Amino acid sequence: MRQMLTRLRAQIVKELLSVLRDPRSRFILLGPPFIQLTVFAFAMTLEVTNIRIGVYDMDNGRWSHELVQRVAAADFVREAVPVHGNAEMTDMVSRKEVLVGLVIADDFSSTVSAGGTGTVQVIVDGRSANAGQIAYGYLNRIVAGLNADLKPTALPPSDTVAVRHWFNPNLIYRWYVLPGLAGVLTMFITLLITALSISRERELGTFDQLMVSPATPLEIIAAKTIPSVLLGSILGTMMVLAGRFVFGVPFTGSFPLLIACLSLFTLSVVGIGLAISSLCATQQQAILGTFAVGVPMVLMSGFATPVENMPDVLQWMAQAIPLTHFMTIVEGSFTKALPLSDVLASAWPMAVIALVTLTGSIVFVRARLE
Amino acid sequence: MSDAAIESRAKEGIAATGGVILDAVGKRFGTVDVLRGVSARIEPGRLTGLVGPDGAGKTTLIRMMAGLMVPTEGRITTAGFDVAAEDPGLSDHIGYMPQRFGLYEDLTVQENLALYASLRNIPAGDRRTLFDRLLDFTRLGPFTGRLAGNLSGGMKQKLGLACALMGTPDVLLLDEPGVGVDPVSRQDLWAMVQALTDDGMAVVWSTAYLDEAERCDTVLLLSEGELIFDGPPDDLTNRLSGRTYHLRGVTENRRGLLTRALDLPTVADGTIQGHAVRLVGRDGVSADALEDFASAEGADLAAVPPRFEDAFVDLLGGGPGGRSVLAERMEPVESVSDVSVSCNDLTKRFGSFTATDTVSFDVRRGEVFGLLGPNGAGKSTTFKMLCGLLKPTSGRATVTGLDLRRATSAAKTQLGYMAQKFSLYGLLNVRQNLDFFAGIYGLPGSVRHDRIEEMVETFQLGPFLDAAPGDLSLGYKQRLALACSLMHRPPVLFLDEPTSGVDPITRREFWTHINGLVGKGVTVLVTTHFMDEAEYCDRVALMYKARLIALDTPDALKRQAATEEKPDPTMEEAFIRLIEQEDANG
Repeated sequence: MRQMLTRLRAQIVKELLSVLRDPRSRFILLGPPFIQLTVFAFAMTLEVTNIRIGVYDMDNGRWSHELVQRVAAADFVREAVPVHGNAEMTDMVSRKEVLVGLVIADDFSSTVSAGGTGTVQVIVDGRSANAGQIAYGYLNRIVAGLNADLKPTALPPSDTVAVRHWFNPNLIYRWYVLPGLAGVLTMFITLLITALSISRERELGTFDQLMVSPATPLEIIAAKTIPSVLLGSILGTMMVLAGRFVFGVPFTGSFPLLIACLSLFTLSVVGIGLAISSLCATQQQAILGTFAVGVPMVLMSGFATPVENMPDVLQWMAQAIPLTHFMTIVEGSFTKALPLSDVLASAWPMAVIALVTLTGSIVFVRARLE
Repeated sequence: MSDAAIESRAKEGIAATGGVILDAVGKRFGTVDVLRGVSARIEPGRLTGLVGPDGAGKTTLIRMMAGLMVPTEGRITTAGFDVAAEDPGLSDHIGYMPQRFGLYEDLTVQENLALYASLRNIPAGDRRTLFDRLLDFTRLGPFTGRLAGNLSGGMKQKLGLACALMGTPDVLLLDEPGVGVDPVSRQDLWAMVQALTDDGMAVVWSTAYLDEAERCDTVLLLSEGELIFDGPPDDLTNRLSGRTYHLRGVTENRRGLLTRALDLPTVADGTIQGHAVRLVGRDGVSADALEDFASAEGADLAAVPPRFEDAFVDLLGGGPGGRSVLAERMEPVESVSDVSVSCNDLTKRFGSFTATDTVSFDVRRGEVFGLLGPNGAGKSTTFKMLCGLLKPTSGRATVTGLDLRRATSAAKTQLGYMAQKFSLYGLLNVRQNLDFFAGIYGLPGSVRHDRIEEMVETFQLGPFLDAAPGDLSLGYKQRLALACSLMHRPPVLFLDEPTSGVDPITRREFWTHINGLVGKGVTVLVTTHFMDEAEYCDRVALMYKARLIALDTPDALKRQAATEEKPDPTMEEAFIRLIEQEDANG
């Protein structure tokens, strides 16, 4: 038993030194993740601002002027470009001079004056579908607002549905992006440290040295796991703290609970890293493997698009990705004050993933021996 | 060559023939002088050996001759071109084969040839005959459709040579063509290069193997960046005539005898050669002094012809002493069984390929047992099965009676393992490496501290404790690797090509430790390419095509291979002969 602890200690010290002894590799561990956190925090925004909008006013009446003025004055519009004719509109949209086109029918003012409902056509550039959809939403609000002003007594007034965004009332995207980003970056670093640790030894021949030593497969895997979990959790904690204190995202959940989940999350990621590592003979393969596995995991985790919108098959697969569950926990802990029961509901799948992948790694190392 | 180039060369008064002129050449990398004041001429029509241990500056010099690097000092003229001028015409006159020739492993032999022909601008019309000639020359004709990646080490070198010969160069530069090539293929390469020099080509063959140096017409001997000898190898070897002896008729413990001999002030150098002990007397020492020693030890002294290696070691001031401080500190190994390593019908198949085929042998306690064979003969596979790194398809391998694949951690401490590439942790410094290996073998705190101190003292690692292993010289790397594998005092030691590339002094030092350990009852199992090393073994197992074709003492193997023309073959000749016999028997 004492010998086992001595062996384990020696290996853990070795792993930590491998990553931390060299100042350059220390920087590679710390530098890029924090640079990325900062850059992505500002770059990843879904807000639509500063757009150009083409306006083809066929009506040229009182109410159409009113609408155009309201559109031109809206926050998200930089310029409302007057357009003369359908051909010109087509041209401007295809050359991306405008993101959205607004076409006002020639009977707009007369219909509105007669107490009817005026119609407008909105042309959205499908190549920028997301931004276009959001702009369309904004336009809808303006048109609805105009309608409401005209017929304050009409029922049902379309703008009486007051939208309140809970947890992020002003829809600040950084609040939404940063917690998830901390999860994504923690995952990549942990995955990379782990995947490199075995493949580096295999490439340089020290793995054989380890296999002939008295270290058992369980010890070898434990010695690879503990340092990665430690490093991953520390980095993850630093990013969470940066999110709260540097970027000012409100933190409403339980900090100790989040850190506990972070450790569980890195543990399950280490399991996946070890699985990648066991398939790779060289460090180069391990790096490629990390990205081949990591990028789909991020895309399917619900970081960019909600898991609920994916086909069923992908939704099931997403459940096998630790990041999916951690995303729920970390986003919830920041803005939603996620209650314990919800945290646990997302935590146990990570424990299952960790158990499966780590057991697999031990089996692999043992298979190399037998 | 352009007319203008010929003219300019004529103006400078340099003969427009091949060859290389080195004029006070020096090369510095940062603050390190890799080469200092090297002056020599490499003549056409001669095979020039560029000889020296790893790190002596051979590769740097060859790369400068090829125009890939510019000397910091002095001047190199290759085939009439000053390499510093970076004249593109130079490349038409040289063939250069780097250590790992840039073969495209995913292309076939034929496709590799075609690619290099295109790179050399050989007109399509001329290729057919040129390829036929090269394939005939290298005897690669039957393998044109095979992927280069699937060729053996020797065949790869031959293909590399064929590609380097593509432009019919004046100067052929071969950087360690013999590395990773078994003696049989090496023989082929020598014959090919000999044929080229007969045609008037200047050939440079760099090597760390000193036995290869003896076969060159002339030798440039490098040591730590300096040229210490320039001339025919015999000139150097003959300096030692009358100073080299064999002690024969040693029945018991020739290792102990060697240790005592090396302690004599009259002895400059000594090695074990089969049953005999080879001694080199110090300059000016008469045979009588050695005669007295021999008779006191009950052995016969016989004069033998000197070898190039003897002369090299003598040039460097003689070999190290015979004492191993390491072994002296070690307690004798206690063991219940007389058999340390044993394998029985050991077989390993990878798919349809059989790497090891029903191999059986026993290694006795306190024996040095050598596992030899050409590349791909299955010696590495066998070695890995013995130390538990690979699972045999059938058969059984045991070390001190235990199957290592199933063995407990305690059983594994019986084994010390030192791999070919000195598997040290490059990201850790020397002290951290020692710490790690002491820890992984479960040495408790106080013992760990003492052992590390002991290793540092024994191997003089003190000044390098904070250095990365990668920055150490090859000799020190090897010392560190040995220290790491011996920290836990294993009764059985596995060595995989332990001294390839290291200089002869370091090699002697290494074997001094091994001899000392064996004296304490440690069992050593070693795989090697070095025929010299095979001589240190008590018994040698020769593997060929996955099977064990011979197992005996080095002397018996040599006798077995003796013919009328060659009554006293060297280990290498014996090796080649035994393989040829095996091939003849089918």
